[in-house]
Amino acid sequence: MDYALVVLIEVLRAVGGLVLISIGLAIIFGMMRIVNIAHGEFLMLGGYTVVLAGKAGINTWVAMLVLAPAVVGLVGIAIERCFIRFLYGRMLDTLLATWGLSLFIVGFVTVVFGNTLEGVSVSLGSFEVGRFRVAGYSIFIIAMAAVLLVGTVAMLRGTRLGLIARGTMQNPGMAAALGLSPPKIYMVTFGIGAALTGLAGGVLAPITGVVPTMGIAFIAQAFITVITGGAAIVAGTGSASSLLGSVSQLTTFATTPVIGDVALLFVAVALLRILPQGITSRFFRRSL
Amino acid sequence: MTHSRQWLGSAATMLTGLAVTIVLPQVADAFEVMQYTLYVVLGIFTLSLAYIWGLGGILCFGQGAFFGLGGYTFAIVAINMNETTAALVTAIAIAAATAAALGYFMFYGRLSDVYMGVVTLVFTLIIWKLINATAGPEYAIGSARLGGFNGIPSVPPLNVPGDPGQPFDPVAVFYIACAFLIGVYIFLKLIQVSRFGRLSVAVKENEVRAALLGYDVRLIKLLVFTIGGAIAGLAGALYAAYQSFIDPNAFSLEMSAKVLIWVMAGGVGTFVGPLLACFGLQALSIWISTLPWANSLLILGGILCFVVMVLPKGLLPGIADLLTWAMAALRRRPADAATVPATEGERA
Repeated sequence: MDYALVVLIEVLRAVGGLVLISIGLAIIFGMMRIVNIAHGEFLMLGGYTVVLAGKAGINTWVAMLVLAPAVVGLVGIAIERCFIRFLYGRMLDTLLATWGLSLFIVGFVTVVFGNTLEGVSVSLGSFEVGRFRVAGYSIFIIAMAAVLLVGTVAMLRGTRLGLIARGTMQNPGMAAALGLSPPKIYMVTFGIGAALTGLAGGVLAPITGVVPTMGIAFIAQAFITVITGGAAIVAGTGSASSLLGSVSQLTTFATTPVIGDVALLFVAVALLRILPQGITSRFFRRSL
Repeated sequence: MTHSRQWLGSAATMLTGLAVTIVLPQVADAFEVMQYTLYVVLGIFTLSLAYIWGLGGILCFGQGAFFGLGGYTFAIVAINMNETTAALVTAIAIAAATAAALGYFMFYGRLSDVYMGVVTLVFTLIIWKLINATAGPEYAIGSARLGGFNGIPSVPPLNVPGDPGQPFDPVAVFYIACAFLIGVYIFLKLIQVSRFGRLSVAVKENEVRAALLGYDVRLIKLLVFTIGGAIAGLAGALYAAYQSFIDPNAFSLEMSAKVLIWVMAGGVGTFVGPLLACFGLQALSIWISTLPWANSLLILGGILCFVVMVLPKGLLPGIADLLTWAMAALRRRPADAATVPATEGERA
């Protein structure tokens, strides 16, 4: 019984991790149709923000929850202004350009900070579940993932900005005719996606450690999750994360983490063979 | 371009290649020739992507996966059998089979371009992870240990077919690599003018129309992808034999990005452009790695961004366009030809 509870928490943590790394991409790729290969580098920049802020004596929680999204959001807006805005509607070119960007950022960070692993330490202690101990940070990650999912729905559904953003993505011409400025909305939406990614990078930094090349570890899972999720941003990310996270974590329990990753990929590819448009093309179609 | 001119161009390319193959070992010393062998091997790799992207319209972000698989297969078979001819054949076969299997899921699943790019990328990353995790002694195939992050050392060099005791010397390996490069080039040119090649171009240009005319688009794409995978596998095998070493870096994103940059910079849809870009940029990145402040990723990324943003057709076609345009302008208004505005700025 205790064991089942621990496994459940670990599975939820894996699901939460997938939600964190892919929610920003769901906005940038799922909503805006920009194939952002530099997504992993946004996560990495979030992690580095926390590391540098920690060295400057700033409270880790402030750095993680405020500074990381702010810094990466600004970087995202700068990138949108310099590169992405010329490439809307040319998906393959966004992919190539952001790949270049991704290599560039990794190279740049390596030159500036060196190719070393930086640790971030936060302590949330641990608590007992019967004969086992569970890290408090696992619960924090699950909670963060839930907050982000609910927050994104609330933002897209409940706020004027969310309504405008959704409308503009569907029909920029109509939005412009109604007196809105699509370029500005694209910029802000991209910035929000980047900020969410930065937040995720900051939150995950204590678990993964921070290196210039850490983005590579996440990029595959993030894309697979968003693609498997399909058109609906939040429902897609949530359902795909739940499915893939459970599969990979349960496989990991039975074998090794690497086999868990491979299982994730196989399930995703097989699923795409059946549902090329993702889970939400058939289930939860009316959701967001 | 007319047919005869196209043939002339291909013939000129082949003759140039042949001339370089013969002349280079005469003027360069053995060490330099060995270094050039690497360029030739990477050239074969470049052709594999130039083919599936340029003629098949398939943008594969994980061409490095087939390259690496070819290399690993060659290493494993060569170490176990102590003989490289069978290893070469197996490497090509395994790479082709993997490409076919992956291609089946992608093309028969009718994934769109972008999803396909992402799936190939993810596939490469997963293999990279998987291979990196094979460090322990329990991960061995026959007498070849996979070695995880350290790779497989002491891969036997190419030997005379049928005579394992007789390895080729470095200059002979250069000749062999050149022969393979020219052979692959001729093979791809022949495909290009064959019925199948025209079909694949038709699919690239307009998939729906080709399907409506009764062709099986999925099968054509699958064949193109498989051929590309086989060629990449060949390149990987030669790479492992040349270095007598293969490690997971063959599967790294940098490898797949490099070949993509070469093809893009050289111009998608041609063979010679990507080859020249491969030689030039490889020389550039070797030179860059000697600089203390620079980082090859930094430069590669910069080049990729620049090409996508400024010269989306590639360096050579871009320059050719500019020249044609300038010539036309010259002819039209010989008086004020000096005021040539930049064409590239207008697109933004």
